[in-house]
Amino acid sequence: MTTVTLTHGGERDHPGFEAAEHEGPAPKRIVTAYGFWIFLLSDMVMFSCFFATFAVLSKQTAGGPSGAELFDLKDVAIETVCLLLSSFTCGMASIAADVRNRFWFQIAMAVTCLLGLAFLFIEVREFASLVARDAGPTRSAFLSAFFTLVGCHGLHVSAGILWLLTMMAQVVAKGFRADIQRRIVCFALFWHALDIIWVAVFSVVYLLGSAA
Amino acid sequence: MFGKLSWAAVPLDQPIPLIAGAVVLVAILAVVVWVIVAGHLPYLWREWITSVDHKRIGVMYVLLASVMLLRGFSDAIMMRAQQAVAFHSQGFLPPEHYNQIFSAHGTIMIFFVAMPFVIGLMNLVVPLQLGVRDVAFPTLNSVGFWLTATGALLVNVSLVVGEFARTGWLPYPPLSELTYSPGVGVDYYLWSLEISGVGTLVAGINLVTTVLKIRTKGMSYLRMPMFCWTTLASNLLIIAAFPILTATLAMLILDRYLGFHFFTNEAGGNVMMFMNLIWAWGHPEVYILILPAFGIFSEVVSTFSGKPLFGYRSMVLATMAICIISFMVWLHHFFTMGAGPNVNAIFGIASMIIAVPTGVKIYNWLFTMYGGRIRFTTPMMWSIGFMVTFIIGGLTGVLVAVPPADFLLHNSLFLVAHFHNVIIGGVLFGAFAGYTYWFPKAFGFRLHEGLGKAAFWCWLIGFYVAFMPLYAAGFLGMTRRMQHYDVPEWRPWLIVAGVGAVIITIGIIFQVAQLVISIRDREKLRDLTGDPWDGRSLEWATASPPPVFNFAVLPNITGEDAYWAMKAKARGQAEPKEPDYEPIELPRNSPTGFVCAFFATVMGFALIWHIWWMVIAGFIGAFATFVAFAWRDHDEYEIPADEVARIDRINLAERRNLVTAAGSV
Repeated sequence: MTTVTLTHGGERDHPGFEAAEHEGPAPKRIVTAYGFWIFLLSDMVMFSCFFATFAVLSKQTAGGPSGAELFDLKDVAIETVCLLLSSFTCGMASIAADVRNRFWFQIAMAVTCLLGLAFLFIEVREFASLVARDAGPTRSAFLSAFFTLVGCHGLHVSAGILWLLTMMAQVVAKGFRADIQRRIVCFALFWHALDIIWVAVFSVVYLLGSAA
Repeated sequence: MFGKLSWAAVPLDQPIPLIAGAVVLVAILAVVVWVIVAGHLPYLWREWITSVDHKRIGVMYVLLASVMLLRGFSDAIMMRAQQAVAFHSQGFLPPEHYNQIFSAHGTIMIFFVAMPFVIGLMNLVVPLQLGVRDVAFPTLNSVGFWLTATGALLVNVSLVVGEFARTGWLPYPPLSELTYSPGVGVDYYLWSLEISGVGTLVAGINLVTTVLKIRTKGMSYLRMPMFCWTTLASNLLIIAAFPILTATLAMLILDRYLGFHFFTNEAGGNVMMFMNLIWAWGHPEVYILILPAFGIFSEVVSTFSGKPLFGYRSMVLATMAICIISFMVWLHHFFTMGAGPNVNAIFGIASMIIAVPTGVKIYNWLFTMYGGRIRFTTPMMWSIGFMVTFIIGGLTGVLVAVPPADFLLHNSLFLVAHFHNVIIGGVLFGAFAGYTYWFPKAFGFRLHEGLGKAAFWCWLIGFYVAFMPLYAAGFLGMTRRMQHYDVPEWRPWLIVAGVGAVIITIGIIFQVAQLVISIRDREKLRDLTGDPWDGRSLEWATASPPPVFNFAVLPNITGEDAYWAMKAKARGQAEPKEPDYEPIELPRNSPTGFVCAFFATVMGFALIWHIWWMVIAGFIGAFATFVAFAWRDHDEYEIPADEVARIDRINLAERRNLVTAAGSV
C-alpha cells in the first residue's frame, strides 16, 4: 500500500517493472497539462482572496446601496446561462480537436466566443448602470470589493477570448499539431475553470447578496 | 505627455542617492561599453540572455541576487551608521530619506536577494539531482527570471527618478494610501513587486511540475535528494502564497489609482484586512526562503560527513509538515491587533508547534555528523555556523510567539534582531553554502578555500556583533525604524552594532576577492572529474560544467544517494560497456523572456508615472510577443548521437581515473 501511494503512478501499466519503480520523465502532453493545472490552482488562490475580501466587506456599504437594492437577478441568470453553455461548446471544441475535425472545431470555438462576448456585454452593461446610479466602486468598500471580484473574473473571460481567437487562428495556420493540441487542452481547462469561479461568484455575490 | 514625470523627479538636491545612482550608472555603462567593445555582445545574447538552459538561468538568478545584495547591504551600512551617530542629533540622513532606505533595504533583501538566490540554486541543481535534461517549462523559466530582473530594475530606477516607498518593506495602510503617501514611492514598490511576483509564480509552477513529473528512471519520491524535497515544499508554498500577495497589492493599487476603499479609513475600508492578507502571504514567504536553505544544509552536511543523511524520512515529513503549518501562524505578526486572548493563544501555540519539525531537522543534521568523517570545507563551515546561529534565532522566535511577551517586544529592535538572526543565519548562510558547494558544478573550478573561510568568519562574528546588541536595545525599549533618538542607554549598543556591520563589510570584501581570485586562478582550481567533493547525488555524476543536455544517457536509479551507490558499484568492476548514445532533443533558445521583460519594464514605469499611452503601447507589445512566441514552428533542435558520445567520452575518462584513484586508497 505504502509503496503504491508513495511512488509515481504508471507502473501498473507495465507489469514487467518492479512494483516500486518510477519509469522516468512524463511525456510532454502530461507535463504541460499538469503545469497548467497548477497555474489554475494558483489562480483559484488569488480569487479566494477576492472572495474573502468580499465576504469581509459585503456589509460595509457606508450608507450607500446594498446588494439587495442593486442586483438584477434576471440579467445574472442570463449571464450564467451564457457562460455554462459556452463551457459546453468549449467541450465540443475539445472533442472536435481530438478527432481533428477543423470545421466543427472552428464552429464550436466561434460559438464559445460569441457566448463569452454576450456574457461580457451583459456584465459591462451592469457595471455601467451601477456607475450611472452612483453605485460605482468608489462609493463604498462593499462596492469596491464587488467590482474587483466580478471584474477580475470578467478580465479573465476577456483574456480567455483573446486566447480563444489566437487558438482559432493557430489551428487555421498550423492545423492540429502536437503543440497546438496541448494548448487547446490548456485553453479548455482555463475556460472551464472560469465557469467554476462564476458559479461561486453567482452564489456568494448575487444569490447571498440579494437575499440580504 | 509624460504623466507625473518631470525633471523635478530627479533628486538633484540630495547628494547621497544622486551619487549612488551616478556610481551605479557609470558601472552599468562601463560594463555595457566593455561588452560591446570587446565584442562579447553576440555571445551574451546567444548564450545567456536568450538561453532557456536551466543552468544558465540559475547562474543569472544568483548573479542578480549577488548584485542586489551589494545594493541592499549599502542601505544596511547607512542605517547602522545613522543610528550610531543620531543620538541627540539628526545624523546625516534626513527622515524622509532614512525611511526610504529601510524600506528599500527590506524589499531588496527579501525579494531581490533571498528569493532569486534560492530560486537560482534550485534552477541550477534540481534537474541535475533528478537526473534529467531540463525543467518542465524552459522558456517560461526564462520569462520568470527576466520578470524578476524587471522588478529589481524598477526598484533601482527609483533611486534616481522619483523616490522609493517610505512605508517599510510591507506597505501598511493607511500610511501607504494616497492620502498619506502621495508620491510615487509606494507605486514603485507595488509595480515592481507585482511584476517580479508573476516571475516568482512562474518559477514556482515550473519547479513543482519539474519535481513531480520530470524525474529519471527509478527516481521515486523517497529516493529524491533532500534538496529536491525542500524545493518541492518551497515551490508549493510559492504557488499557494504568491497569488495572495498579487491580490493584496492589486487591492492597494486600486485604492491608490482608482479611489477604491479596501484599506482606507473611510467608506467602510478595513485596514486590518491588509495585515491579515499580507501576512497570509508573508509568513509562508519566510518558509519559502528557509526550506531550500534546509535542503542545501542537508546536502552539504551529508556530503562532508561522508554519511547518508540521518533520518531521511523524518526529514521529508518535517519538511512537508512545515509546508502546511506555515499557513496557520500568520496572525503572530500582529498579536497586538486585538483579536482577543483565544485567537492569540491559538496562533501562539501554532507558532510554537512549527518549531518542532525544525528541531527534528537540527537533530538530524547533528546525527548525520555524529560518527562521520567530517571535512571542514567552506560549505560545511557555513552549515555549522548556521546550526548554532539558527537555534538562537529560533529560540527568540519562540519567545516572541508568546503573546504576552510579544506585546512588550512588538515592533522593537528585539524583533529586528530575531528575524535577522533567522534570515542571515538561515537563508543567507544557506545560500552562501550552496554557492560555494555548487560553484564548481556550474563553472568547472572551485572557489578559493582560504578566502571563503575568511569571509565565513567575518560574517559569523560580524553577525553576532551587529545583532546581539539589537536584542539588548530592544529589551531597553527601542522601537524599530528610528531616525534619531534621545535615550543614552541605547547608544553603546548601537555603536557596537555599527562595528558589527563593518566586520560584515570585510566579509563581503573577502567574498568579492574570493570570486575574483578564483577566476584568475581557475586553472589551478580546475575540477576535471565533475565530482570535486566526493558527492552523493546525481548532479556530481556529470561533467562540470555539465553539457547542455546534462546527461548523455539518463541514469537509472536504484536507491537513495544514487551517485554514491554508482561509485561504490563501479569500484572493483571491469570497465563498463559504453552506453548506446542517442540523439538528444533540446529546446531552442528564445528571446521571449527578455522581450517580455522589456515590455513589462515599460509598462511598469508608465504605470508608476501615469503615462497612459505608454501603458497601452507596453500591453500591445507584450501581447504581440505572446502571439509571436506561440507562432514559432521549430522550438527544438537535435544534438546528433556522435556529438553526445564525443562529449560524454571525455567526461567518462576523467571520471574513471577518479574512481580508480579512490578505489586504490
